[in-house]
Amino acid sequence: MTTATSANTNVDVDAEGFLVDARQWSERLAEEIARENGVPNLTPRHWLVVNFMRDRYLETGTAPSIRSLGKESGVPVRELYELFPKGPAKLAAKIGGIPKPRGCI
Amino acid sequence: MVANRLRRRFDPDELEVHVVDRDDRHVYQPGLLFVPFGLAQVDEIVRPRRRQLRNGVVFHENEVAEVWTERDEVLLDDGTVLPYDVLVVATGARLQPEETEGLTGPGWNERAFTFYTPRSAALLCDALASFRNGRVIVNLVDMPIKCPVAPLEFAFLADWFFREQGVRGDVELVYATPLDGAFTKPVASHRLAGLLAEKDIELVTEFNVGEVDAVGGRLAAFDGRELAFDLLVTVPLHGGASYVDRSPGLGDALGFVPTDKRTLQTAAQANVFALGDATDLPISKAGSVTHFEASVLAENVARHLAGEQLSAEYDGHSNCFIETGFHKALLIDFNYETEPLPGRFPTALGPLPLLRESRMNHLGKLLFQPLYWHALLPGRELPGLGPAMPTAGKLHSTAGTT
Repeated sequence: MTTATSANTNVDVDAEGFLVDARQWSERLAEEIARENGVPNLTPRHWLVVNFMRDRYLETGTAPSIRSLGKESGVPVRELYELFPKGPAKLAAKIGGIPKPRGCI
Repeated sequence: MVANRLRRRFDPDELEVHVVDRDDRHVYQPGLLFVPFGLAQVDEIVRPRRRQLRNGVVFHENEVAEVWTERDEVLLDDGTVLPYDVLVVATGARLQPEETEGLTGPGWNERAFTFYTPRSAALLCDALASFRNGRVIVNLVDMPIKCPVAPLEFAFLADWFFREQGVRGDVELVYATPLDGAFTKPVASHRLAGLLAEKDIELVTEFNVGEVDAVGGRLAAFDGRELAFDLLVTVPLHGGASYVDRSPGLGDALGFVPTDKRTLQTAAQANVFALGDATDLPISKAGSVTHFEASVLAENVARHLAGEQLSAEYDGHSNCFIETGFHKALLIDFNYETEPLPGRFPTALGPLPLLRESRMNHLGKLLFQPLYWHALLPGRELPGLGPAMPTAGKLHSTAGTT
């Protein structure tokens, strides 16, 4: 675990840059993480996904997979990849300040 | 398994036990892995469901139309209504190949197969027997899937099979997964990635399949990457039983039943329980899990009926043999908190090595089939194989470093 300075605050992040404590998150921080990860502007569609991920994590303790995200957030999987290139679930989790989603086994 | 346990536990005048299933064919699903390689025949791994049930269990061969959890009733396809005091959802998972664009189109079961159904596994056996050169992709579309190690085992056995056929030099093997490693749990993932490399199987990670063109031999990911194949062996998307979708308040968006991870009571109603692949629990969809859960679940059904507090004993215990070819296998054993670790697993027949290839583990895997029919399904306790994960023998200090 390391400490990173983002949006002028110190936050704890893991080796891959995911926030360790979801309570340290803020919307300003989300915008900064997004910029650092190739998403220059968070549109309302981005926010819909990020907030959905975050709410689901805070409610259930696990972040949804891409498939659940596509079924439940109202944003189809193809669009998720346009919004968050490469890995929508992973990137939206990072921006939303929650741990990396893991395929459960 | 649960029906047999409950039948044994209660006198017939205390409790009626009814089982509803859509057909009378019970498939020993671990056996499907061996069918494509000619190591097992479909008829050897299928038995009548009725014959697996104890006397006094009533069997209804019918589809469930809907469950009305608020009224404690199950509606069957033929219009029969079964009232219940306790309902146990044990449907398993349903394959949904049609949810992946193009997968079940032209070329399905000709150039693209799955070994997760008896029919496709048998057709794949014919295709493998005549496959002399080209590129084989083993792919799992997305988690959760039944037996998460099965596609890896398939890749290991394919390596062995093509070597036996004398054509391994002309066959390229690729393992494409949506995960960021060979497996979900770090120590096992590292070890299994090493095995793939040793066997010259290319590992492609974070590959989320968006579209399949079986005729053109093309697997396209949502992120734009494409993989070409001559033969595709896929593990399709999984969801819960269709009646769960049709039953108000019973399942989640994928049709799995939200279930308490310790007591196995569902979120739907206090008198509805679930186990096995039907649940949304963060643990393998594997037969061993169902066996360990069944013990806790039968106890909790009894406690619920007696008005007592439920036992919160299920710890997520799971174990499985991972067939690696050449008459060897690995064994992994884990639960909600402890990932698969190296060491030794204590059994009644002596310790088995964990996370390491051995012939003993392969024998264990073979011995498991008779054990399944004669001990697990009848709902018998196995000496030394209780629901709680054993901690003895596991090398905790190596976590994250091996």
